[in-house]
Amino acid sequence: MATRTITEGVSIARRRRLSETYIGDWLMTTDHKKLGIMYMVTGFFFFLVGGVDALLIRTQLAQPNGKVLSPDVYNQIFTMHAITMIFLFVMPMLTGLGNYIVPLMIGARDMAFPRLNAFGYWVVLFGGLFLTSSFLFGAAPNVGWFAYAPLTELSGAGTTSCGNAVLCTPGPNMDFWALGILMLGISSIAGSINFVVTILKLRAPGMTINRMPLFTWMTLITAFLLLFSLPSVSMASILILLDRHLGTHFYVAGFGGDPLLWQHLFWSFGHPEVYILILPAFGIISEVLPVFSRKPIFGYTFIAWSGVAIGFLSFTVWAHHMFAVGLPLVAQAFFATSTTLIAIPTAVKIFNWLGTTWGGKLSFKPPMLFALGFIAMFLIGGLNGAALAIVPFDYQVTDTYFVVAHLHYVLFGGTVFGIFAGIFYWFPKITGKLLNERLAQVQFWLMLIGVNLTFFPMHILGLLGMPRRIYTYPDKLGWNEMNLIATIGAFTLGVAILVFIWNFVVTLRSGEAAGTDPWDAFTLEWDTESPPKPYNFLEIPTVRSRRPFYDKKNPETADWKSMTH
Amino acid sequence: MRMPIFRGMKRWGLILSAVLLSSLLLAACGENSPSILNPSGPVALKEANLFWFILVVATIVFVVVETLLIYSIVRFRERPNSPTPVQTHGNNTVELIWTIVPSLFLFVVLVGTIYTMFGLTNFTSVNSRPLQIRVVGHQWWWEFDYLNEHIVTADELVIPVGTRIEAQLLSQNVIHSFWVPELFGKTDVVPGHNNMSVFQADNIGSFRGQCTEFCGLEHAHMNFYVIVKSQDDYNTWLSSQEQSASSTPTDPTALAGQKLFLGSGGCQGCHGIVGVNLKDDQHLNSGQDASVLVGPNLTHFGSRREIAGGVLQWDPASCVVVTGSNGQPTIQNPDACGLYQWLKDPLAVKPGTDMVIRSLSDTEIAQLIAYLESLT
Repeated sequence: MATRTITEGVSIARRRRLSETYIGDWLMTTDHKKLGIMYMVTGFFFFLVGGVDALLIRTQLAQPNGKVLSPDVYNQIFTMHAITMIFLFVMPMLTGLGNYIVPLMIGARDMAFPRLNAFGYWVVLFGGLFLTSSFLFGAAPNVGWFAYAPLTELSGAGTTSCGNAVLCTPGPNMDFWALGILMLGISSIAGSINFVVTILKLRAPGMTINRMPLFTWMTLITAFLLLFSLPSVSMASILILLDRHLGTHFYVAGFGGDPLLWQHLFWSFGHPEVYILILPAFGIISEVLPVFSRKPIFGYTFIAWSGVAIGFLSFTVWAHHMFAVGLPLVAQAFFATSTTLIAIPTAVKIFNWLGTTWGGKLSFKPPMLFALGFIAMFLIGGLNGAALAIVPFDYQVTDTYFVVAHLHYVLFGGTVFGIFAGIFYWFPKITGKLLNERLAQVQFWLMLIGVNLTFFPMHILGLLGMPRRIYTYPDKLGWNEMNLIATIGAFTLGVAILVFIWNFVVTLRSGEAAGTDPWDAFTLEWDTESPPKPYNFLEIPTVRSRRPFYDKKNPETADWKSMTH
Repeated sequence: MRMPIFRGMKRWGLILSAVLLSSLLLAACGENSPSILNPSGPVALKEANLFWFILVVATIVFVVVETLLIYSIVRFRERPNSPTPVQTHGNNTVELIWTIVPSLFLFVVLVGTIYTMFGLTNFTSVNSRPLQIRVVGHQWWWEFDYLNEHIVTADELVIPVGTRIEAQLLSQNVIHSFWVPELFGKTDVVPGHNNMSVFQADNIGSFRGQCTEFCGLEHAHMNFYVIVKSQDDYNTWLSSQEQSASSTPTDPTALAGQKLFLGSGGCQGCHGIVGVNLKDDQHLNSGQDASVLVGPNLTHFGSRREIAGGVLQWDPASCVVVTGSNGQPTIQNPDACGLYQWLKDPLAVKPGTDMVIRSLSDTEIAQLIAYLESLT
C-alpha cells in the first residue's frame, strides 16, 4: 500500500505529458475518429480556399475584357482552384468521413494501422500547406491541373527544349505542383492500404463481404483505385522533375522524348481519380436514401458490383481525355466504346437509387434533401459526360466550357451534394448535436439554384465556342450574358456555403442534442454513443444481415429472418 | 415541414426553366458567336448533327429519370397515415431491364459515333485539287504556310470555298490546338507529332478560330480567322500575295518607316519582308529552323487585320497618318489605332509576348505604320 501511494504521488507531481494536454491530444492522436475530424476540418478549410479561387475566376470572367486579375495571376488561380478542390478538399474530406465512419460501420475499434493513419493525415496537411504556400512566392502552379508537358519544362532558351519562345515554366511553379502531388500521393497510398486492411480484416463477426454497408464497399473500391492509379502520376511527376532539374528529356520531342507520354501517364491516373472523387459519394447516397425512405437499399448486389465494374473500367477509359491529340482512329474507337460501357453501371446505380425511394415513406430531412439533389444533378453530369464519349462531337467541345459544365455537374452536383448529405447525416454521430434543419433547407435550395445558374450556362458557352482556361474574352461573341449568369450563380453558391458555416457555428454552440440514433438508422455506427467513446463499442456486435441495427430494433421483422445472405 | 419543400420545388422549377429557355434563346440569336451549331462546312455539319442526335437521346433520358424522381418524391412522401413500407430488397427482372435498356440506347449512340468518326473527312469538293497548308503554332499566334503557293500569312488563313483543305499541324514549342467551331472540331498541335486537320468551307465568310489547349501566359490571345473567298476572289488574293514587296516605297513617310524597319527600329531581327530583307526562296518560314524568323512574316501585313493572335485589330481607316504641329508625321487619333497601341507598348497590350522593342517616338510609329500600310 505504501509503495502505491508513493507512485501516485510521483505521477501527480510530474509535468503532464504533451499527449495529455488538449492541443497535444489532437497533435499526437492515433484515434480514427479524431483523425477523421481533422481530415474533414482540413478538407473544409481548403474547400473555402478553393472557393475563393473560384469566385476570383468568376469575377474576372463576369464581363468581357475583365481586368481584375493579370494573366499570370489568373493562370495560377484557375490551376490552384482545381488542385485545391480535388486533392485538398474532396479527397481529405472523403478520407475523413471514411476514417470516422467505416470502422464504426463494420464494428471495429479503430483502423488497422492507427499510426499510419496519423502519418497520412499530417502529410496531407503539410502537403496542402506546401502547395498553397506557393502563392506567397508568387509562384503557384500555373499550367492547369493536368500540367501538360512540354509547357511544364524549364525555360527552353538555348536548350530548345521548348522551342524559341521565352516561356515554358521557368519559375518554381511546376516544382510545387510535382512535389506537392508526390506528397499527397504518399498520404493517399498510406490511407488506402489502411482502408483495404481495415475493411478486409477488422469486420465484426458475421459481417461478410456481402453484408458490408455500401459506403464501406465504395471506400474499399476507392482505396484499390488509388493504390493502382497513383504510381502512374507519381512516376510522371518524377520524370518531369528529372526533365526540369537533371537535364533528361522524357517529354521533349526534339530529344526523342514525347509530350504525349505525359498525357498517357497523367490520365491513366486522372480518370480513375474521377471515380475516386465520386465513388465514396455514391456510397454516402446509398446509406442515406434507405434510411429516409424507411426501406432497405434496392438491389444491394447490383450497386456493390456496379461499383466494382466502374472501378475496373475506369482504368480503360483514360484516352477519352485525349481524343483531339491525334490518336489512331481505331484507338479512339476503343476508348469511345469503353467510355460508353462505363455509363452502364452508372445508370444501374441511378435506377437502383430511384428503386430505393419507390414505394418508400420519404422524409425530407437535410441528408435526404442533399441525396435527392445529388441524383437530380449527377444525372445531368452523367448525360453530358456520355455526350463527351461521342468522339466527333468531343472534337468540337473538348477543352471548352462544355467540359467545365460537365465536370462541375459531376463534382459539385454530385460529389459536393453527396458530401453535404454525408455531413448532415453523420454530424449528430460525430458531435452529438443536430444541425439546424431550417438553415439546411435554405442552404440546399441556394445550392440547387446556384449549381444550375453557375454551370448550366457553361454548356451553352462551350457550344458557342468559348475555350476553357482563357483569362479574358472579347466583347461581341455572344458570351457575355452566359458568363454573367454563371458569375451570379457562383456567388449564390458562396452564400450557400456561408449559411452552412453559420449553421455549423450555431449548432456547436447551442444545437439540439441528437441522442445515439436520431434518424432511426440501420447500420452499426448508430448503435453506440454520439460521439462514440474511444473504444467505439462496449461489446463488438454480431452481425446477421446487411442491416444489423435495424434487426436489433425490429427483432420481429429482422432481415436475417427473411434473407439468405 | 413538408410544404416549404414543394413551394421551393416550384420556385426551382420556374427558375431552372427560365434559365434553360433564356439560354436557348440567347444561343439562337448569338449569331456573332463562333458556334458549333452554325456549321459552314461538311466536317462541322456532321459534328453538329451528332450533337442534335445526342441532345434528343439525352433529353429523353433526362425527362424520364427526373420525372420518375419527382413522381417518387411527391407520391411517396411521408404522410401522417403512411404505412410502413414493404421491405423490398430488390428485383432481378427489373435490374435486368434497366441494365439492358440503357445499354441499347448507348449502343445506338456508339454506332453513330464510330460511323461518323471514320467517315468524318469523306466529303465531296467542288475543287478537285486539295489545298495543302502547314499550320504552325507559336506562342501565341498562328502562322499559315501555303506549301505549293509559297506564301505565308499570320493569324489569317485565306481559303477558297468548296476546296478540301489538308492542314499539317506543327509546333516547335508547346502543345496548341487548332479549332474553328463553324468549320471543324479540334486537333492538337503536338511537338514531334505530324497531326493533320482536314476540312472544307462551303460558305463564303469569315470564321473565328482559337487555340484551345492551354499554352501559357497568353493562351487567351491566340485567335485567328479563316477567311473563305470565292475561287475568283481567292485567285486575285493569291496573285497579290505572290508579289514581293517593293524595295523602295514611293511615299517618303513609308520610306522612312522602311529605314526604321531595317535599321534602328530593330524589326528585321524577327520579322521578314520578301523583297526587302528576305529573298524569294527563303521567305517561307518553315518552322524547321526556328532561328530564321521569330515573328510573323510581314510581306503583306497591310492586307491583314489581326495583330498578335487577335489581341488587337487594325484598320487603315482608323490609323490615318497626318502631319503634326512639329511638321513631322503623326497618327491622327492614336486611341482608335490598334497598331499604334501595339507598337507603342506591346508588353502592355499582351504581357509575355516575344515582341520586345525599344520605345518608339510618335513620329517613328507613324512612319512604321505608313510603311506597314503600304505592304498590301
